[in-house]
Amino acid sequence: MTEKFILRLEDIHKNFGDREVLHGISFTVKKGETIVFIGPSGTGKSTLLRCINQLTTPDRGRVFLDDEEITGCGQRISQYRQRIGMVFQNFNLFDHLTAIENVEIAPIKVRGMDRKAARAKAMEELRRVGMADWADHYPAELSGGQAQRVSIARCLAMDPEVILFDEPTSALDPELTREVLEVMKELARSGMTMLVVTHEMGFARSVATEVIFMEGGSIIEQGPPAEVMNNPKHPRTREFIGKIDHH
Amino acid sequence: MTMDAVAILIEWGPYLLGGIALTLGLVLSALAIGFILGLPLALGQVYGPPVLRSLISVYVWFFRGLPVLVLLFLFYFGLFPALGLDFPAFVIGAVVLGLRGAAYQSQIFRGGIQSVSSGQMTAALSLGMTPLIAIQCIILPQALRISLPGWSNEYPEILTDSAVCYAIGVAELLTRASQIVSQTYVTMPVYLACAFLFIALNYAGMYVIRRTEEHFAIPGFGANTVQP
Ligand SMILES: Nc1ncnc2c1ncn2[C@@H]1O[C@H](COP(=O)(O)OP(=O)(O)OP(=O)(O)O)[C@@H](O)[C@H]1O
Ligand SMILES: [Mg+2]
Repeated sequence: MTEKFILRLEDIHKNFGDREVLHGISFTVKKGETIVFIGPSGTGKSTLLRCINQLTTPDRGRVFLDDEEITGCGQRISQYRQRIGMVFQNFNLFDHLTAIENVEIAPIKVRGMDRKAARAKAMEELRRVGMADWADHYPAELSGGQAQRVSIARCLAMDPEVILFDEPTSALDPELTREVLEVMKELARSGMTMLVVTHEMGFARSVATEVIFMEGGSIIEQGPPAEVMNNPKHPRTREFIGKIDHH
Repeated sequence: MTMDAVAILIEWGPYLLGGIALTLGLVLSALAIGFILGLPLALGQVYGPPVLRSLISVYVWFFRGLPVLVLLFLFYFGLFPALGLDFPAFVIGAVVLGLRGAAYQSQIFRGGIQSVSSGQMTAALSLGMTPLIAIQCIILPQALRISLPGWSNEYPEILTDSAVCYAIGVAELLTRASQIVSQTYVTMPVYLACAFLFIALNYAGMYVIRRTEEHFAIPGFGANTVQP
């Protein structure tokens, strides 16, 4: 019997111009797993995440969500994107909407949820990330950590099956980083499937089910955090972990 | 001012004031035509295919490149008769000012759309919005707010431009003023009254626009940015 994967990538290649930045990435994710991606800058981690929800179209390879192929599905991609949340380094909250409007807009406009139900759901998600008291504030009035928590709530309101996090705390100072990581840990514990690009080794150690080390557009090493981070096999991994862990 | 001039202003005042309706009519129709055409032109120029983009550039180049009086004559003596359209001068004036306004407004809106950060569209798509919904619900509300200060300059521009409709005989403020002058031989007091009315219309319109700006103001947009 084959195992069931919520997400499966097969041989993903991506070129920018005549430079290939992803050289055939394959991996699988099971429901409830938290995969942490680490690797030097410019390695293609963001590009890889964007290839999953097709914000960037891969040049070769296939992506499956729950065994349905989402590569090359044309306009139907927006239906798959509803099931794959994404959290960005610089939050990308909708600047003209209050926190709660940010959270409720996709359920209303995309799913056609009625406004009252959407508002109640949005409030519930804001409560979940500890931002209920800030519901009526605009993004410009929030700290980075608060904005990032709202953007997580915005994802959650669509009931995604997977959430992609692209360096969600890189723009934040340590204090604010902590409050965002707390929310993410709680999500992981609640069984959310998460793919996280981060340099937060503590987070990787405590919640990752698997760590993937990428360099130069390829996966160099992958495995449980204890193995990859404490006992890396590949010298490049060892070097990278050594460098980053001292920070 | 002589008693004579005062008496004439009082006598002809109502006729001159009647010009306000036509002047405002020209300005408001032109603004509306400019908005209704300018916004799609801007969207086409940002999101459209290359062919559409070049067509729009040509449109903009044409309407911004000719003196408004030349445009007016081309339409009044050329295009409309050639099409067999026998429209009142007022309509032709409003159409010309509107088409020209659309060229200007499209560039204001295009700037607004392009200054919305690309992350907004990315985030909208990532939530499963179609590009159309994203443009409608996320990009345009921000782009229009960003455009409002630039857009508010369109009102005084068109208001002052509207006086060229004198040349095709629309009975707006300037036309009426010069009619009064040729009837009464009183010159400066009449033109001063006309100038005063233009300035009053300018002031009143800008007041309304500023109120609108305040109404739609949001933290993080324009002057009232709040630092977290
Ligand atoms: N839109 C693009 N056009 C051209 N080149 C791009 C584009 N996006 C990314 N690249 C290039 O692809 C490579 C991988 O970039 P990517 O952002 O995926 O790396 P990353 O691992 O996320 O790096 P970082 O840690 O700095 O975020 C880089 O060399 C980058 O310059
Ligand atoms: Mg990146």
